[in-house]
Amino acid sequence: MHFYTYDGSFEGLLTVVFEAYERKAWPDQIGREGEAPPGIFATHLFVHTDEAKAKRVWEGLGKKLSREAWENVYKAYLWEQPGFEMLIFRFARLVFSSQQKGVEENFADACVQKIAAIGKQMFREKHRMEAFIRFQRTQDGLFLAPISPDFNVLPLIITHFEKRYADQPWLIYDVRRQYGAYYDLERVSLVSLEEAPRGLRQGHLSPDILTEVEPLYQQLWQTYFDHVNIPERKNKKLHLRHMPKRYWKYLTEKKPRQQAHQPIQNKQVPTKLRQLSR
Amino acid sequence: MQTSLVEKLRILADSAKYDVSCSSSGGKRKNEGKGLGNAEGMGICHSYTEDGRCVSLLKILLTNFCIFDCAYCVSRKSNDVKRAAFTVQEVVDLTINFYRRNYIEGLFLSSGIFKNADYTMERLVRVAKKLRKEHNFNGYIHLKTIPGASEELVKEAGLYADRLSVNIELPTEQSLQTLAPEKNFKEVLTPMGHIKNQLVLVKEEKKLFKSTPSFAPAGQSTQLIVGATAESDRQILTLADGLYQNYQLKRVYYSGYVPVVTDSRLPIISTPPIIRENRLYQADWLVRLYGFGVNELVDEQNPQLDLQIDPKLAWALRNRHLFPLEINTAEYELILRVPGIGIKSAKKIVAARRFAHLTWEHLRQIGVVLKRAKYFITCGGRSLETREWDEEAIRRRIIFGEKGSRGNLWGSQLDLFQQAG
Ligand code: SF4
Repeated sequence: MHFYTYDGSFEGLLTVVFEAYERKAWPDQIGREGEAPPGIFATHLFVHTDEAKAKRVWEGLGKKLSREAWENVYKAYLWEQPGFEMLIFRFARLVFSSQQKGVEENFADACVQKIAAIGKQMFREKHRMEAFIRFQRTQDGLFLAPISPDFNVLPLIITHFEKRYADQPWLIYDVRRQYGAYYDLERVSLVSLEEAPRGLRQGHLSPDILTEVEPLYQQLWQTYFDHVNIPERKNKKLHLRHMPKRYWKYLTEKKPRQQAHQPIQNKQVPTKLRQLSR
Repeated sequence: MQTSLVEKLRILADSAKYDVSCSSSGGKRKNEGKGLGNAEGMGICHSYTEDGRCVSLLKILLTNFCIFDCAYCVSRKSNDVKRAAFTVQEVVDLTINFYRRNYIEGLFLSSGIFKNADYTMERLVRVAKKLRKEHNFNGYIHLKTIPGASEELVKEAGLYADRLSVNIELPTEQSLQTLAPEKNFKEVLTPMGHIKNQLVLVKEEKKLFKSTPSFAPAGQSTQLIVGATAESDRQILTLADGLYQNYQLKRVYYSGYVPVVTDSRLPIISTPPIIRENRLYQADWLVRLYGFGVNELVDEQNPQLDLQIDPKLAWALRNRHLFPLEINTAEYELILRVPGIGIKSAKKIVAARRFAHLTWEHLRQIGVVLKRAKYFITCGGRSLETREWDEEAIRRRIIFGEKGSRGNLWGSQLDLFQQAG
């Protein structure tokens, strides 16, 4: 059996695909450099990342796939869940071996199903980040937001934020994977902080690094959030489905309040109802 | 000053929240030249209220002072409530600062009528203009058109807003007369007509001159209150359908009546009609996207939608002679009509069957809800059910489960996100 390892990069993984075809030696397992082989009988091969080979595989896939399915291959890499390398390999093999165009629509194939499902999962996580990121403004004018997504979606959300916040510097930092995207009004670069600002991981930046009006706007947003709620329609289950608890720690509206906002008593409850509810 | 801003926001958000429309999609505003914001494509829900509604826009009233006295409205003149008014600048600052922190997609500004319609409308327009001109703001702006505002102001509003809306609120002239005596259908429909004409005009001009300024690129919408008056679902859906066709509305929103004021003209209810509201949305959806006609869903004999089951299933049960469909050969349009199959699944089925003969397992993987669909389809000529079930039995089995135990019916019915398919 064949065990391939690579440096963990996307290009590296594509090079593995290339080498496997070169040797006609199909991998049974693919792992990151340093990973232990699956058994003593495995032939181990470490593949050096080769940009040119990776490019050929990538473009080869692009020619045979719809744009969406093509992107899904990259998303499966960012998905990072156990077995993703072999899945990508199997999918690539299926694509290269099929004569017909449009294999990505062959939903009767398990591998196609899985890649499409991952594409969906990644899309959802990306979309959630685009929705749930909350910036806090620091004294030097930087808009700073910690994230901790289930999957590595930061590379997928950069364009969105670049388009939207073109006139303010921002930094979105993945505290779990310890890297971030920094926009300096010119371009975005990937950065890694040697020392993260205090409280970043918890989502509570210390007040002395925040700009003066920041607490006020956070309070205003909480006020707003509390008041758009219609208590008569309460539906906790639905609420949690849309905003699972694990995302709450960075949501301004979910942080503790100085003062809870009760709905304004603008309403006169119909007298008959009052009797009923007693 | 600062406490008062919080206080104003409390009052003016609280009274705006009954307007359900929070859609921010359909914008086409691109961020060109490094301004702030982008309202291209799909709207984003940045948060969800505890009742599970999407929070995408900062939805507030400019003021809740009002010279009118509509029975169903918290802000009505005769109601004894706290009143407040934002300045134009305050709304602009809130919007910009919320937007920069990624709290919102934009602003949805409405207002009670102070002094008169034009006076109020002029201020709404000023907010939008300031955001666009002074702050280079490209986020989403939805302005409510004040009934009775002049055509010029409505036109100007459309230059800065992505969407304009005029709320009809009550589905018939008669109801309007009883509950909102200062309003009438004509006053509501006139601005709607102006907006439509302007939309058509600009579209035509754009074909000739690319530089024609946009006019409310996300179109216009309206809202109907459900359950405050006696109209049937058929009346409501027929009205909505007419509005879609004659006024080119993008959306009609249905808002289950929440009792906010005591008034002898209003019904006494303890909870808003959430299920009915949900059924109306499902029906609206079926008409706009699934190719159903209103009269297929409700008619003279059945003027109300079934509250227990969704309108698509109800339709299929009434039309059993059209089923079962063979999934490997049936036309797309018909597959769309099968309960348990949504648009996405229908598309996947049609795509996948080019490669393979589809089996039940494939259908399950594609995302078809077999629990519902199996009564209406065959796969390779075979049915998943060995028995013939009659309409009543299918209904029972779908609602209560196949073992006949009574599941949490109302709990699951409240689930607004169950597939309309
Ligand atoms: S005009 Fe509008 S704000 Fe005024 S009472 Fe009627 S519905 Fe309420």
